[in-house]
Amino acid sequence: MSILVDQHTRLVVQGLTGREGGFHAGQMAAYGTKIVAGVTPGRGGELGLDGTVPVFDTVREAVEKTAANTSCIFVPAAGAADAIAEAAASGIKTIFCITEGIPVHDMVGALAVVQQHGARLIGPNCPGATTPGLNGLGAKIGIIPASIHLPGDVGVVSRSGTLTYEAVQSMTDAGIGQSTCLGIGGDPIIGTTFRDALELFAADPATRALVLIGEIGGSAEEEAAAWAGEHLKHLPRVAFIAGRAAPEGRRMGHAGAIVSGASGRAIDKIAALEAAGFKVAASPTELPRLLIEAGYTKR
Amino acid sequence: MKLHEAEARELLFRAGLPVPDADVATTAAGARAIAERLFASGVAQVVIKAQVLVGGRGKAGGVKLAGSAEEAESTAATILALTIKDLPVRRVLVAPASTIIREIYLAALIDRTTRGVLVMASAAGGMEIEEVAAKDPTAIVREVAHPHGGLLPFQARRLGFGIGLRGELLKQFCVIATGLVKIARESDADLVEVNPLAVVPAPDLPGGERLICLDAKVTFDDSALDRHPDLAAWRDADSEDPIDREAREQGISYIRLDGSIGCMVNGAGLAMTTLDLVTRAGGTPANFLDIGGGARADKVAAAMRIILADAGVKAILVNIFGGITRGDEVAKGLIEARAQQERIVPMVVRIVGTNAAEAAVLLREGGFETAASLDEAAEKAVALAAAGGGK
Repeated sequence: MSILVDQHTRLVVQGLTGREGGFHAGQMAAYGTKIVAGVTPGRGGELGLDGTVPVFDTVREAVEKTAANTSCIFVPAAGAADAIAEAAASGIKTIFCITEGIPVHDMVGALAVVQQHGARLIGPNCPGATTPGLNGLGAKIGIIPASIHLPGDVGVVSRSGTLTYEAVQSMTDAGIGQSTCLGIGGDPIIGTTFRDALELFAADPATRALVLIGEIGGSAEEEAAAWAGEHLKHLPRVAFIAGRAAPEGRRMGHAGAIVSGASGRAIDKIAALEAAGFKVAASPTELPRLLIEAGYTKR
Repeated sequence: MKLHEAEARELLFRAGLPVPDADVATTAAGARAIAERLFASGVAQVVIKAQVLVGGRGKAGGVKLAGSAEEAESTAATILALTIKDLPVRRVLVAPASTIIREIYLAALIDRTTRGVLVMASAAGGMEIEEVAAKDPTAIVREVAHPHGGLLPFQARRLGFGIGLRGELLKQFCVIATGLVKIARESDADLVEVNPLAVVPAPDLPGGERLICLDAKVTFDDSALDRHPDLAAWRDADSEDPIDREAREQGISYIRLDGSIGCMVNGAGLAMTTLDLVTRAGGTPANFLDIGGGARADKVAAAMRIILADAGVKAILVNIFGGITRGDEVAKGLIEARAQQERIVPMVVRIVGTNAAEAAVLLREGGFETAASLDEAAEKAVALAAAGGGK
């Protein structure tokens, strides 16, 4: 099993006819993801992905005609929040938004629509999620390179993109496979938090250990740690926090990655995670060793 | 993007909120002219405030009172000659000095936890809200604005009653609180803070008091500036470092630090991690630099120019985990950059992920020092920097 994405995923790609959307849809399909529709307003009736996938003008139509249940959004930033709201209002229950640079006030409005319809948003500004599988039997949504994965039973959740690849690659190199790898995004306002992700992993019998990759800014890692300390005592858990060396008051690339005053510091996040029973790595390459030390055994 | 006080005041003024009758001058004579106008309108004293984007300008001598137009001129001359925390003072705001009865804090900001526009008010204005929060968290009242409707009237009233306002002042407060949220939403600001929101004498009003926004801080969401060309024009290009400007224009996320190892990385999280590992290996990072996703050779070359513009850089660490970004493009960019650059600095390059094999061939042919793991790359960079006199 896994979380959020698997063989039952019927994916609609919003922005399929764009350069990024088209390229990554091809990668997703090659990995085993079932892509059933594309949506680009004004391009309804065309076929995307080498003529194999119907394109619709609206998400509603895509859902009606193809029973799509999950969306992946590659729409440019100016229209991405609206695309999120459209997906939620059209009955899509799991929405991944890859787009970076969405105005934050747009996200406030879009997230309210998502909540109103009882949907779940992952991102924005996130790499997506992969449930690894061999020989075209995996499923991935978003832009995480397929090559870094190994099927297995360790859940990975991260706020970052390439840093996640680094961590997952080091696990794969050590022969430690993943149940699902999830990137939740580096923006200040995101749909699915660390804590939400941990709750999903906790309910997944196939996940037998957890890796959390956080960074400076906000207090989402501390909130997740507090929850994990109470509810995840049975799972080996390790973490890495980026930004120990970051100066105060400077936004480190991600809109959400900033230490302001005494809030959002790496040192406090590490302390909170350690207090909650996480082993915290000083480098992503230490994660496999720490997993074993935390009691994880390879199957 | 942060606004100067003068532009923040202008934004509030345009929204119809009460602000001081102030104006901006770039010369002492200009300051005198504003002061003359204010004194002629019956003002007893003016305040002259340096317009620099740093805190603590009062302590640095950047805020002074003047009782006459002559004094305003000489005081403005003194302030315009100041450099506060490395920033030369280029403009002053000249405003009437107010008789303050008491001070309130009021702000509308994007809040991660409630995932909305949070409005915070406190009867303890004048000091930093973090101080208030640390001393007495109950002194701050909060409301989360409606995601589509803004601050609703009952929410504004709850805030006002919550900090002990009644009558005429409560009405004025509600207008201002609602207005700040409207400004935040319409101009895509992630912070609109009025501190102090001052209670000042108003003999002509029932109750004899009124509210005025004496100082304001506004920051805009950089992701939304494209749709506000009028606001983007307020960017203080003068106080922006030329290298920072080039980075911004190239779409490169760059933060200069004071160490000796220049870093070029793709992705913000990995870039932060690279700085952490350089520090852990005993080195000092010279910068944070994220070339973003899918960077091509020309962007890599631009990033190299930006890194090398810092004379303190003694070694360079390039760390690329290819996903959208193709390793061979990065390698080509590095080769291109080296052909152009005047200053040769030792470099260690690590490229993994998409097209890493093609990159490895290019790097080997180009004679670049490479590393397999991130830890190894950090250690090599620290050794190279030390050999070059850095650390």
